[in-house]
Amino acid sequence: MTKLRILLAASIALAPLGAQTTVIRNATIMTVTKGTLKGSIVVKDGKIAEVGEKVMEPAGAKIIDAGGQYVIPGIIDCHSHIAVDGSVNEGSVSVSSMVDIKDVINPEDIAIFRALAGGVTTANILHGSANPIGGQTLVLKMRWGKDAQGLIFEGAMPGIKFALGENPKRAGNPQGGRGATVVAEARYPATRMGVEDTIREAFNEAKAYKAEWDEYNAKVARGEHLIPPRKDLKLEPLKEILEGKRYIHAHCYRADEILMLMRVADDYGFKIRTFQHVLEGYKVAKEIAAHGAGASTFSDWFNFKVEAVDAIPYNAAIMQKYGVVVSMNSDDAELMRHLNTEAGKAMRYGGVSETEALAMVTINPAKQLGIDNRVGSIETGKDADLVIYDKYPLSDFAKVEKVLIDGNLYFDRDQDVTGRAARQAEKQKLLDKEKQNQQRQQPPRRPGA
Amino acid sequence: MAVRNARIVTVSGPVIDKGTVVLRHGLIEAVGANVPVPPDAMVVDGEGLTVYPGLIDGLSTWGMPGAAPAAAATTAGRGGRGQTTVTPATPAAPTTPAATATRARGPEDRPATTSWLKAADEISPTDRRIEAARSAGFTTAVTFPTSGIFAGQGAVIDLLSAEKPGAMVVASPAGQYISLSRGGGFGGGMGGGFPGSLMGVIAYVRQIYLDAAHYQLVKEAYARDPRGMTRPEYDRALEGVLESKQILLPANRLVEIDRMLRFAAELKQRAILYGARESYRPEAADLLKKAGAPVLVSLHWPEASRDANPEDVESLRTLETRDKAPSAPALLKKAGVQFALYSDGLDQPRDLQRAVKKAIDAGLARADALRALTLSPAEIYGVADRLGSIEKGKIANLVVTKGELFDDQTRVQFIFVDGRKYTPAAETPGTGGRGPVTERPGVDQ
Repeated sequence: MTKLRILLAASIALAPLGAQTTVIRNATIMTVTKGTLKGSIVVKDGKIAEVGEKVMEPAGAKIIDAGGQYVIPGIIDCHSHIAVDGSVNEGSVSVSSMVDIKDVINPEDIAIFRALAGGVTTANILHGSANPIGGQTLVLKMRWGKDAQGLIFEGAMPGIKFALGENPKRAGNPQGGRGATVVAEARYPATRMGVEDTIREAFNEAKAYKAEWDEYNAKVARGEHLIPPRKDLKLEPLKEILEGKRYIHAHCYRADEILMLMRVADDYGFKIRTFQHVLEGYKVAKEIAAHGAGASTFSDWFNFKVEAVDAIPYNAAIMQKYGVVVSMNSDDAELMRHLNTEAGKAMRYGGVSETEALAMVTINPAKQLGIDNRVGSIETGKDADLVIYDKYPLSDFAKVEKVLIDGNLYFDRDQDVTGRAARQAEKQKLLDKEKQNQQRQQPPRRPGA
Repeated sequence: MAVRNARIVTVSGPVIDKGTVVLRHGLIEAVGANVPVPPDAMVVDGEGLTVYPGLIDGLSTWGMPGAAPAAAATTAGRGGRGQTTVTPATPAAPTTPAATATRARGPEDRPATTSWLKAADEISPTDRRIEAARSAGFTTAVTFPTSGIFAGQGAVIDLLSAEKPGAMVVASPAGQYISLSRGGGFGGGMGGGFPGSLMGVIAYVRQIYLDAAHYQLVKEAYARDPRGMTRPEYDRALEGVLESKQILLPANRLVEIDRMLRFAAELKQRAILYGARESYRPEAADLLKKAGAPVLVSLHWPEASRDANPEDVESLRTLETRDKAPSAPALLKKAGVQFALYSDGLDQPRDLQRAVKKAIDAGLARADALRALTLSPAEIYGVADRLGSIEKGKIANLVVTKGELFDDQTRVQFIFVDGRKYTPAAETPGTGGRGPVTERPGVDQ
């Protein structure tokens, strides 16, 4: 009997928060993949159980009345650098594949909460662009309040950052560019040719490394006892790329470098999963589509550097027309908070449909990250990552009211607004207390002294 | 030598209201209420005095030549995100060859690594901080080289005025000191060498442990049968890592405590966390308790920078941490986490006393504060069989005070280290017992 009770208590404690049932009723639901409808969404065990004009509302379900407001799938940002402790760049070496964003997740970065308040539920957290081959990356859900492990998008394919063009060639160059003042010695490469060479050399090394391990594994399988080869954390992720176990997200701008990287990939037998920024992608959209790569771009950010002069706001629409899966990314904690309007810009420039625009910040980045079976649209069986907007979500004036991830409420504008005064008061109390203590510690000033 | 008629706080046993401690040959020969004073003893009358075990600094640089005080955990590179960044007590001075070496191109160059360095071999008995610390009641320090990622191995030393440094060493090695702070950024930072970021340092440490395990395999195989096998190269960095039975990892914020506990488990190393600034948060105590990891709490409590821009908006977390950090020891005690306190750059008696008092004011029982500076650090470093309490057979390290230890008005009368009697150094004149007397060099700058 006691045992049973303990078991029961344990099972209750283990049940995830999302186990409760929630119904969002009276909503304008933009499913992205299945059109827009007015109706309800039933959320059960963190998943979308039913979507429709009329649904069975389970007894005891928590009801959220959307009052006719809009519900869209949680926004996915394919290029972000938030929630990272320390630098996002290991810029000391031209191949920094040994470093991993997973080691430095900061679940208490306020940018997570702000992204959430902007409707983002999932983000691809990338290493910076200081090296031709950068660090390992991963996909996080914006589960504000959870610990580092709790943010990780379970089962999402890990990635790696590559970078082409000015950033990697200038990062280690004492003659110019960002970071020049702190670099004592020049770091190879300093040219675009060098960037390509660095990547090729790294994969030559990785191939040899893979061969060494393959040989070892084969011998062990035959029953031989051997000392394993040295495990090299720089080459492990490159080996995974060659084995198709890791996605490449490549920072790039110019058409020539995009073509270059695809040629390198073909030579070594791997694929580029996404081109990031890819501002001249419209010039080589056909080739990108043929390679099977996705494109994650800015809406209308251009001319901020010499590589970006040929950028046009029609880039996303044109690439999409050629069959490239296109997403809009932020690359920035502030822009991340209004990716909905970034999507809206694709309607203005390039004339994509409302659904296509919305897809650029939901299902398309989900496809690029290989998580479209879980997120990116409002469909039965998918994660209940949902955003309620007070107005038409592609409008500048739309505000996020509520955000659910895995069926749990992670952001509620009303709660946040009403809680502000209390938080401010708490802060003031601490400030006052500190001031008092400081005054008490200071020796009394004698008059006239 | 004997101290009689004194109140004796043994730490390991009950307090003896009036008793005698007999010291001989540097050891405690007897302690108790009715212990006879040997006829040959030099007698110190303890009437009105209290005898405590000598204090132990659980993580120190006392006695290390030119060492920078232990920098408290990592400083986050990208500020303004609500982290509590902490300025190390003094700017780190590179003291090891590794720190000034040419730009490292990867883990193979073993950057910022002097894992083979042993504090016991480096002691400088003339370090002026030794006398200051002793005057505050410290008889022992677990002192470490602190420069670099793998800085080197610590030693438990007695704070003697010794002719020969070897006389000071109680136990060595005491663990490998690891730090994770490196400049960072786009071009590498810190002279541009690898690693230049927190994630780079973590990757480096991980690679070193993989290399060490591999190195050991190869060495063992070669020792078994060298014929026909290429001779493995001797690698002092890996030797130093392999001979370190425990590691000290920096962790101030809750996020870092979580990260480092996971990291230690991944590396399969027994870890002692240090810093622990946010261990006042209940989640931190839970994590530490669950991992069973001991933690060293810095006595260098976070303070508002006096030179801060008044326009700067500080996060609620930063303010809360400054307010609540001293309550961490009380909370850790309640949660049953093994912890000790350490000086973290403080070396003036008054500052140390005041810092401990803060923890007591924030709820730590006086007896627990004492334990966290005596028996607990001794247990953490496995030297509780010889240090940390007043027991027969242990090393004769004692502090004798007039008044309760850690009180403002209390005066340390004598200090016994290895049975040798010291009187505290004269205090800085003109203190008057109130107000910040000593400017801690470098603090808040």
